[in-house]
Amino acid sequence: MSDTLLEIEGLTKAYPGVVANNAVSFKINRGEVHALLGENGAGKSTLVKMIYGLVKPDSGTMTLNSGIFEPDSPNAARAAGVAMVFQHFSLFDALTVAENIALGMDNAPKPRDLAKRIREVSQAYGLPLEPNRIVGTLSAGERQRVEIIRCLLQNPKLLIMDEPTSVLTPQEVEILFTTLRQLKAEGTAILYISHKLEEIRALCDTATILRHGEKVDTCIPAETTARDMAEMMVGASFANPVKADRVIGATLLSVKSLNSSSKEPFGTSLRDISFEVKAGEILGIGGVAGNGQDELLAALSGEMRTAPATVQFRGKNIGDLGPTKRRKLGLLSAPEERLGHAAAPAMSLKENSVITAARRMGLLASGFVNWRATNDFTKNVVSEFDVRTPGTDTPAGSLSGGNLQKFVVGREVLQRPEVLVINQPTWGVDAAAAASIRQKLLDLADKGAGVIVISQDLDELLEISDFFAALNEGRLSTTYPTAELELDQIGLMMGGSHGAGQEAHS
Amino acid sequence: MIYFEKRLAPSRATTIVTPILAVILTMIAGGIMFAALGKDPFEAIRIIFWDPLFDPNFADYSRPQLLVKAGPLILIAIGLSVGFKAGIWNIGAEGQYIMGAIFGAAAALSVYPTESALIFPAMIVAGAFGGWLWAMIPAVLRTKFKTNEILVSLMLVYVAESILASVSQGLLKNPDGYGFPGSRNLQQYPSAFNEEVFTNSGMHWGVITAFIAVIFTYIMMTRHIRGFEVRLMGEAPKAAQFAGVSTTRLIVFCLGFSGALAGLAGMFEVSGPAGQITIDFNSGYGFTAIIVAFLGRLHPIGILLAGLLMALTYIGGELAQLMLGLPGASIQLFQGMLLLFLLATDIFTNYRLRFQGAS
Repeated sequence: MSDTLLEIEGLTKAYPGVVANNAVSFKINRGEVHALLGENGAGKSTLVKMIYGLVKPDSGTMTLNSGIFEPDSPNAARAAGVAMVFQHFSLFDALTVAENIALGMDNAPKPRDLAKRIREVSQAYGLPLEPNRIVGTLSAGERQRVEIIRCLLQNPKLLIMDEPTSVLTPQEVEILFTTLRQLKAEGTAILYISHKLEEIRALCDTATILRHGEKVDTCIPAETTARDMAEMMVGASFANPVKADRVIGATLLSVKSLNSSSKEPFGTSLRDISFEVKAGEILGIGGVAGNGQDELLAALSGEMRTAPATVQFRGKNIGDLGPTKRRKLGLLSAPEERLGHAAAPAMSLKENSVITAARRMGLLASGFVNWRATNDFTKNVVSEFDVRTPGTDTPAGSLSGGNLQKFVVGREVLQRPEVLVINQPTWGVDAAAAASIRQKLLDLADKGAGVIVISQDLDELLEISDFFAALNEGRLSTTYPTAELELDQIGLMMGGSHGAGQEAHS
Repeated sequence: MIYFEKRLAPSRATTIVTPILAVILTMIAGGIMFAALGKDPFEAIRIIFWDPLFDPNFADYSRPQLLVKAGPLILIAIGLSVGFKAGIWNIGAEGQYIMGAIFGAAAALSVYPTESALIFPAMIVAGAFGGWLWAMIPAVLRTKFKTNEILVSLMLVYVAESILASVSQGLLKNPDGYGFPGSRNLQQYPSAFNEEVFTNSGMHWGVITAFIAVIFTYIMMTRHIRGFEVRLMGEAPKAAQFAGVSTTRLIVFCLGFSGALAGLAGMFEVSGPAGQITIDFNSGYGFTAIIVAFLGRLHPIGILLAGLLMALTYIGGELAQLMLGLPGASIQLFQGMLLLFLLATDIFTNYRLRFQGAS
């Protein structure tokens, strides 16, 4: 019996207008942790969907255990020993852990036996999980354990994990890696999809790098630098952001005991949030998704009004002012959701400039839009931020995620904000574009603006922020200088241990 | 296999071509229907689309009628289109039309028989105000209590009809009318008469107002920030909120604008072609205007053309009933086909047809 578990030969899948995978070939051995590395849209998802039987390849072959492997459904793939943990969980909040697991199994054992097996497996792999707990009360990390244990109960030969660490704190990541290493030692192969390069270096034996649907390279992550891997992913070299020494000025924005109840049905309420941003400072706000990031941005942008004194700009109470008045003062923002929130997909870039820049950039003359001036401003954004677009009349929705994000960030930065609040500035953006966006944010702070970066990407915050705080269930931790923080301390802050270090009790 | 493939961007050319295609398809399907009714389909289509404008026997009467009928349709549809663009659905233009007529007529009749050059302008203001006021009811209920403006505005049509019946038998009843329901005839009250501007053209002040509304709305939607906010609200409500657009103010504006224009249409109708307030004064312009708005792709110029086309099918339809003895229902069916084909061909704006062997 050979060492090869799964062999993929010339797998191709085309969708109208785009070839998602073009003749991709690679091998996974037993007990190997194999990374699938690539930018958004490189074809990672399509590839694993073909292995998991969700998508049928146009051509190419797969061999599992030296036999032809052509799963026509996830059931068939599971029966053959392939299990998958998705990035987005498919769990029912109102049911218990055991009930959720039973629902996902093809032939679930009796509830009492199942609970016993869940306890056994969770103990064996160091993933503590109580079978009778209601899933709605679990944290994101615990929910992921439910999914993993559901897979492990089927004794998979190949475990596929799609971006598993995006919802985890650093401590939870360590626990997960221990489990994965144990599985590897037992001979289970793991296909690990991620774009977090340091994680891949720490965990994976081999990495297959995809770009534009094609396999461009293979490497051994432990022997390759993160930078080299990033350049293989992007297919070009790019510069790392440079931090200059800055002069810290007066306090521009201060938030005092900000409370709010969320308008959205499953939103998070903000509780007693206080912080300050001075001129020339970048404050990074970290935290796992869904802990109040969107609400905090709405409270700062003016989309959500609060008591006047809870938000102060240069000492002036602005909590009750709307977005237009805040922009006039110099407080600008860019929300996370690009399509439909930061930009209107069906409208042209030119028109999208009007959304936030109309008044601050003087694009209006007694209520009439000066389209020529708007076009000039838009062209400026396009050239300064290297937005790849056929023109300023192109609908925003037809730009790629990274290009649209560059436009959205550029539209705010070129308005010379005094304070810029930005949520997930580089989410879903390729590495080169992300580096250029971060550099622009650093430049903005160099010129004396205050910048608040809300992000779920810790590496990003550690790279560019001067101060760091974490959001957890709508509360903000104490703010610390980023340089003085250790990774485990950050983990505690993200996990909700406020005033990490002194009173850690989570 | 034939299937639809989503276009990367909506095609601008098809936006223009599809209404024409819809008219052609309506002619074909309608022709088949007329043939099934035992009439010559080519003659029927010719009578509906050609004779009202060019037949020497009918054109003298029909041509002015085209503007008389198209005027209110365009005026109301223009107002509605602004709200529809923003995703605010005023379905009750018929009620606002009635209230505009009542307010306009009441303004004139309250000073009857005084003659003054100020009376007609006062009626214009009163008519617009009446329609605006009636539209403010769904606007306030929507912004204060989150009621659905579709239902409220629609139900208010029936309230307005009851008020119309009441005032034509009571408050505004002609004291010299021998007890018949209905107001004095404004055509016989020179200061209040909405006369043709050019004799025998059908062009009364309402038609001119409709043309002005077309130009005004076109400029507002393409150049003014208010028009931009309306479009943004329709395209991406969250982006509108992020831009700082006040939803409340936009709802009040859109409903108020469409209500005022519908009120104006009612006022110009009662002081001109109709002449008096009667129980059955309203004839469905407020509802037909919804079709006109969509037929014109919610674009001012499109609405202008759609209003004229719709008026033509009305006049031509009446002519066909008269000349060929076609049942009235078949004409309504014909108009229904037009809307159906229009909506059906709309899919080509965002999708293209692909042919491929079965895979």
